[in-house]
Amino acid sequence: MKCRVCRGPAVIDLPRHNANFCVEHFLRLCRNQVVKAIEDFSMLSPGDRVLVAVSGGKDSLALWDLLVELGYRADGLYLGLGIGEYSDVSGTYARAFAEERNLSLQVLDLRDTYGYDVPTAAAATRRVPCSACGMSKRHLFDRAAIDGGYDVVATGHNLDDEAAVLYGNTLHWDLEHLARQYPVLPARPGFPKKVKPLVRLTEREMAAYCVLRGIDYQVEECPMAAGNTHLGYKAQLNALEATSPGTKAAFVLGFWDRMSPVVAGLRAAADEPPDATQRCVRCGAPTLAETCAFCRLVETSAAHVPVPVPSPRRRGRR
Amino acid sequence: MKVVLRNPRRELAIPGPMSVTKLLGRLEIVRESVIVIRGGTLVPGDAVLADDDEIEIRPVISGGAG
Repeated sequence: MKCRVCRGPAVIDLPRHNANFCVEHFLRLCRNQVVKAIEDFSMLSPGDRVLVAVSGGKDSLALWDLLVELGYRADGLYLGLGIGEYSDVSGTYARAFAEERNLSLQVLDLRDTYGYDVPTAAAATRRVPCSACGMSKRHLFDRAAIDGGYDVVATGHNLDDEAAVLYGNTLHWDLEHLARQYPVLPARPGFPKKVKPLVRLTEREMAAYCVLRGIDYQVEECPMAAGNTHLGYKAQLNALEATSPGTKAAFVLGFWDRMSPVVAGLRAAADEPPDATQRCVRCGAPTLAETCAFCRLVETSAAHVPVPVPSPRRRGRR
Repeated sequence: MKVVLRNPRRELAIPGPMSVTKLLGRLEIVRESVIVIRGGTLVPGDAVLADDDEIEIRPVISGGAG
């Protein structure tokens, strides 16, 4: 198997490109795909201060590495979610990555700072864990970016993540979420700009990138996510990809190219702040209520008895 | 060959030589959902794995929906 570019020995085959690549040209492909995403969607400008949402997994560490390689001023923020050993190991990878490259990583632990963790928040609020986790992340990354004077928050959502979300939104004809699904969310009062520079790269490509760049990352799956709907959608999409390479990219990139203009009006409406003048009485975040959803989650969760991390097997039986 | 699988971690002993593509097919693993690592680097689908090789089949799918 030879590299399509240099005819040297290939290390990876990419059926969606109908091509194989050596180390050098695969890494170049990844960089080029990120540059194209940044340019096509006007994600970043030279000189922007970027806050990378770092989890210790392959996508966020690859994203941080790629942005630094491309010359962006990118710092990291890692949230300690309190998901037992999984979080402990994830934090270790995030810190090691930053230390080895002399990058700035801010660490915020939910239990230490706010008195709760994700398993407890899920039980206390009766939300699915990914919902409690996502709400915490969105609020705290937004706040850190605003407080730290960053121009933009960058997250490691990849092509597979976007394909799975689009698949779910389409199956349910969820127009509000279809309208909001876009790789850039503009800044609004109280909210930073958010971008997803990895949307043209698959999970397999990101894992390969990390191995070839010598990036150690958390390989284990989050025990709170085991068996969730999102994973099921990814498996179904990968089954389609196996018989028809390029399906995922055509689905997602075609949506943004041809369907996003159709739903642009809905997106503009969805992006409007509910009431720009109303702020949470506790944290100052924009909110429809007196207290924002995050502060209500903190209040409920911190008062709850700590909940242990469920085993994947138990969750899988539900 | 020794084959290490993850999530959960387990090991299999499978006779070689065998190509990566054939091994994944035999284990009923979708190519798009894994990378295959030997000696710290990636091996492509047509690479032939020897009987004394030690390889890792690493899943690449992560499931957080938040």
